[in-house]
Order: sequence, then structure tokens, then C-alpha cells
Amino acid sequence: MSLKSWKEIPIGGVIDKPGTAREYKTGAWRVMRPILHKEKCIDCMFCWLYCPDRAIIQEGGIMKGFNYDYCKGCGLCANVCPKQAIEMRPETEFLSEEG
Amino acid sequence: MERVVERVAVTGAEAVANAMRQIEPDVVAAYPITPQTPIVEYFARFVADGVVRTEMIPVESEHSAMSAVVGAAAAGARAMTATSANGLALMHEIVYIAASYRLPIVMPVVNRALSGPINIHCDHSDAMAERDSGWIQLFAETNQEAYDFTILAVRLAEHEDVRLPVMVNLDGFILSHGVEPVEFYPDELVKKFVGELKPMYPLLDTEHPVTWGPLDLYDYYFEHKRQQIEAMENVKKVFPEIAKEFEETFGRKYWFVEPYRMEDAEHVMVALGSTNSTIKYVVDELREEGYKVGSLKIWMFRPFPKEQLQELLNGRKSVVVLDRAVSFGAEAPLYEAVKSALYEVAARPMLGSYVYGLGGRDIKPEHIRKVFEDAINGNLIADEQRYLGLRE
Repeated sequence: MSLKSWKEIPIGGVIDKPGTAREYKTGAWRVMRPILHKEKCIDCMFCWLYCPDRAIIQEGGIMKGFNYDYCKGCGLCANVCPKQAIEMRPETEFLSEEG
Repeated sequence: MERVVERVAVTGAEAVANAMRQIEPDVVAAYPITPQTPIVEYFARFVADGVVRTEMIPVESEHSAMSAVVGAAAAGARAMTATSANGLALMHEIVYIAASYRLPIVMPVVNRALSGPINIHCDHSDAMAERDSGWIQLFAETNQEAYDFTILAVRLAEHEDVRLPVMVNLDGFILSHGVEPVEFYPDELVKKFVGELKPMYPLLDTEHPVTWGPLDLYDYYFEHKRQQIEAMENVKKVFPEIAKEFEETFGRKYWFVEPYRMEDAEHVMVALGSTNSTIKYVVDELREEGYKVGSLKIWMFRPFPKEQLQELLNGRKSVVVLDRAVSFGAEAPLYEAVKSALYEVAARPMLGSYVYGLGGRDIKPEHIRKVFEDAINGNLIADEQRYLGLRE
């Protein structure tokens, strides 16, 4: 998302159209990244239920992973997982692979 | 439309309340505080008697009063409130928000000393505490000016190039409770002048949903502040246009400042508010005695009319500034602004700083005469803050 100058934005901090939160990738705030160990997962959906950002991807009751565009790395999913199938790893470990 | 004015003897509070009746805002939210109380009382009576259709919200505090008018203005309503001193201080957080959200709220402020120790009388410490809040600040010398500014402020606040809230300052008790003749303009003429509010991004326009008050971090907050700076700059262009229209409609001329007997004046006194009447009285006396003195009343304190001051004060022998507020550990607010403006002029006058009237202490003609005598005798020191009417 390219940033605009002060002459190009509505005054007063108003956001002049709906649904713009989709353009704001809050996943950039993340310090710790959740990693799924699928072999331990029992698809109980606790992570899906507890995630405050709806960042757990599930299809037909099957845990598929994380939406890293919006996952802020809070670690709630790892904390509530009864099988320790989610591991929180520092984002610094993934810097090189994303260039 | 014929301009038939009604000349009546009223307090400043009644004059302001009558302007509010004629403006008939959609929403007024207010909490009573001395000496603003009679404004709210008069206006509440207009509401109770069905004279106005305004939605009046009797809130539980000034913080809530400003919050309610911010909400109303964001919804698309023309909204007003009024306050004094500690009430304004309690509003402080939302005062900044009103300006940042660019809401055209008009608020009469009946100037009173801030606590503590607690005091209900006039000084300008309340208004000065808000001078960096992003509000336009007008100061009235008389009840007529308080009435006129309340009407004029609506147009200034709502102008599309401005969109900033306006404080109409009037001296507590001296104006708010003092009776003076005021010329009221016909209702229909005032209504025609203020016109209809054209709201920007109104929340009640559900066909075009918008978000007010979202989190604004390091990526855009700075840009929004830059817009506010620009809006203040635009006031300097817009205000004379609206003042001209005001003059054509109502017959009274306003500008950023009012020079009084300045043509050949060697020594000029600068001040805000009702004290200017006493200053003019002393200027007249000294002129009769042959002294070349004049005065410069500051009608608009924010944005500060720097260019006008430079033009009017360049080359004078001396400029003495009267402040009804202090800035502890620094120069008094008006003096600081005047001194800063004069740094760039070709022929800098000698300068003097005088603090007076804190907590309602009387300012008398002999005090003002003493200041002019200091100026005439060359007895001025730019870095020395002096006090009028203080027991040493």
C-alpha cells in the first residue's frame, strides 16, 4: 500500500469508504510466528475459536494453517492447543527466506 | 432585507445566548460553570419555551459536553457549547480532538482564572491553556463584539477551506455579567447570514458509510497535523472575506486587529479583551495632553495575525504588551507572540511586558497611564516582566 501526501487524504482522519481494513495487513506487527505441526493436530478447532483476528484457516473442520497477513502473533492459539501442535517462533528466523 | 436593529441593554451572557437563539444550532450540550452559567440558563429557557428547535443535552460534565458536541458534529449537526476556566480544562482532551477531527464547533468561552487557588473571576489563563489546541480564538472587547463574533464564528468555522472549531472569548463578569447596549440584528438576517451547515462526511449519511476517529499512527498522523496547519493558514485568507460579508450585512467592520489612534503613534499598547476599552480611554487622555500614543486590540489570537502586527508596529518607538495570563518560566503568551513577530521587522521598537488582572484583579486607568509613561520615558527592558496592581 503506497502512502499518500497530506494533500491527497480526507481531512480529520476520516476514512471515507467502508471495508478498508482489508487493505491494512496487521500481520506486519508480528514478532512471533505460529508454526503448525500438523502431525500432532486433532482438528479440535480451539485455535480457530480463540483467535482474536480470525487468522486460523480451516476448511470443513480441518485446520489448514494461518493467515499471516492478519495474524499478529499473539500466541493465544499455541496457548490453548491441547496437543502443543502450534509452536511460536521468532520472526527474525524467517527474514532471509522473505528477502 | 431591511436592516432594522434593536438596541437593548443586556449582559454579555444574554447577548451571546441571543446569538445562539438566532443561529439555532441543531445540538447544544453544556454543563453550567460560573461565569458561563447565564448563557446556558438563557439558552435552556429558549429551548423550554419552544423558541428554538435545538436538541439540548444537559450532560454530567464538560468532558461530556465537548464529547457530545463532537459526536453531534460528526453526525452532521451544527453543534455548540459554552464554558469557562476549569470546565474548559476538563474538556481539554476533547478540545484537541474537536480540532483534529476538523469539526466546525463554535464555543463561547467566558474567561475565568484557572484554579488553584480556586477563583471565579476574569483572567485569560483558561484560553491560553488551549492556544495550541488547533482552535481559532477570537477575543471580544464588548458585549456587541461577543454577540457579533458568535454569529461570525459559525461561518468561519464551517468554511470549506477552514473547518476548524472557534472559541469566542469574552471576559468573565466584566462582559458576561456587565450590562452594555447591544444592537441585535433581525432573526431572519442572522439566519440568512449563517445559512445551512454543509456537513463533511456526516455519520448519518448511511448511503456513504465512513469511519471517524480511527487509529492514526506514524504513517498518517503527521499528514493530518500538516492539514490542520494549512487550515489555520487558510483562516488568514477566509476571515477577511467573511468579515466583509458581515459588514455588508450588519454594518460592523471586523479584522484581525483593531488599531486605535495609531496613525502617528510612537508608543503603542497591545492587549486582548475588555481592557481595551480602558486603554482607549487613557489613550484619549494622553492624546489630549499631546502624547503620540495609540493602541492595538487583538481580535484574533489564533491564528496569530503576525503579518498585520509587523506592518502596524514596524518603526514605532515602543510597544508595550499587556497580558492577563502568565506562562510560568517563560514570557507571557501575548508578549511572546508580539515579540516573536517583531524579530523580523526592519525597525524594531523597544518592548515592554506587563502582566495584569490575574484572578480578576482590577485594571485601572492609572495602571495603564503608568505603562505609557514607562514607554514615553524610555524606561523599558525587553526581558523584564512587570506587574500592574500587584502588592510588592
